[in-house]
Amino acid sequence: MKLHRVFAITLRHLYLYKRSPSRLMEIFYWPLLDLLVWGFITIYLEQFRGNLPNFVAFFLGALILWDILYRSQQAISVSFLEEVWSRNLLNLFVSPLRPGEFIVATMFISVFKLLSAALVTVVLAWFMYAFNIFLIGLALIPFVLNLVLMGWAIGILTTTLILRYGQKAEILAWGLAFLFQPVSAVFYPVSVLPVFLQRIAQFIPATHVFEGMRAVILKQGFPTEHLAWAFGLNAIYLLAAVLLFYHIFTIVKQKGLLLRVGE
Amino acid sequence: MAAVVVDVKGLTKRFNDLIAVNQVSFEIYQGEILGLLGPNGAGKTTMIQMLLGLLIPTDGVIKILGMDLGRNREAILSQVNFSSAYVAMPYSLTVIENLTVFARLYGIRKSKAKIEALLKTFEMETMRTKLTGTLSSGQITRLCLAKALLNDPKILFLDEPTVSLDPDMADKTRHLLKGLRNRESLTILYTSHNMREMEEMCDRILFLNKGHIIAIGTPKELLERFGKENLEEVFLKVAREKEEP
Repeated sequence: MKLHRVFAITLRHLYLYKRSPSRLMEIFYWPLLDLLVWGFITIYLEQFRGNLPNFVAFFLGALILWDILYRSQQAISVSFLEEVWSRNLLNLFVSPLRPGEFIVATMFISVFKLLSAALVTVVLAWFMYAFNIFLIGLALIPFVLNLVLMGWAIGILTTTLILRYGQKAEILAWGLAFLFQPVSAVFYPVSVLPVFLQRIAQFIPATHVFEGMRAVILKQGFPTEHLAWAFGLNAIYLLAAVLLFYHIFTIVKQKGLLLRVGE
Repeated sequence: MAAVVVDVKGLTKRFNDLIAVNQVSFEIYQGEILGLLGPNGAGKTTMIQMLLGLLIPTDGVIKILGMDLGRNREAILSQVNFSSAYVAMPYSLTVIENLTVFARLYGIRKSKAKIEALLKTFEMETMRTKLTGTLSSGQITRLCLAKALLNDPKILFLDEPTVSLDPDMADKTRHLLKGLRNRESLTILYTSHNMREMEEMCDRILFLNKGHIIAIGTPKELLERFGKENLEEVFLKVAREKEEP
């Protein structure tokens, strides 16, 4: 073994971090998110000293619903990345295809992917843990719808950033949704969060879905207010994401970046 | 006289301090094959991107098929097409799947018959179910050319279309393109670094350097103007003038 060759390969990878904030961010991103989520879960469980009511429903329900948000976001971003990786973007955008049509197509893909994934997780949760997600009842439909809408908004935002910053932003396709997880109160109620994070949480649609889910499981009635908040916020974020996408698409066409998205 | 199908006036593209294309004006006539020639960094790619609506010009007007490109993108792009040796197709799709996707994008009616005809033209009938990723670079180029002819374009933008083809397939492709031009008045904007090919294919050649048009004319006119024996010598003269202080 020659150390100079080992050093050469080490150097080759360190060079990547020198100019890539996203790679640098990744070193700290996942441990920090894990620490936050598991820290808040621990605080929540500590309050009940192991006697948390509806323990299985809270956690498995939250996990299945979170996956819906994540799948719907990822499908949009990865569909765009597929075109980047296969150097097909130019072929698409010299055709009459409109950018909006491309986004709508990726939304269809996201619905297909999340339905497939949800089917598997719902059936497995029932077989393995006797957990029936449908105990949430009719509220399940608006919950899922809101999580899909939020996933789309994050997916379009991620796609926009990849379009603008190219390969440097690719990592966001797998990570951006998780940035919202600690403050979305997925596995614990908002009340567990510090006050400043509680304020931020109010402006995240997923927070209202998961708070609503817990209310339904605890038989506290249909969470109309939470759902109204979730729909309202999603409408604003989705519109903002689409407007930003169109704005950045114009900038990309002004700067000639479309040819370089994969670089 | 043939109709003008591409009308470019005062086309300029500025990237901060760099002027990539500077006040360029020219026309392409129906059924004409216009070659775009110039050294690296001359502005060819920038110009093609603007003509395809991928890049917004800083100044100037592009009219294609009588319509302003900025305002009629969709109507224009449904009647033109593009192929480049530097653009691929999804590798994980088969040949037939890729062509089917693009046939749908262009709204082709009776797409199956059209695809089969193109597969035959490019001698790819046996490859229809092959994954694109398993094709050779020459076969991918043929697939891209087949894609470019799916919508029976009125104007074809070809960026080094024969660069990865073997001499036999390159010759067949040139004959095919010339045949299409002769039979269907197809207009072609053609770039290549193969000077013999440019002389053989192009009715006129537009020489671009440092974002300006240096010369435009038939290959014969260019040779006379620069006092050279062939197009390669003309190219070298222009490219090396660029290097002089």
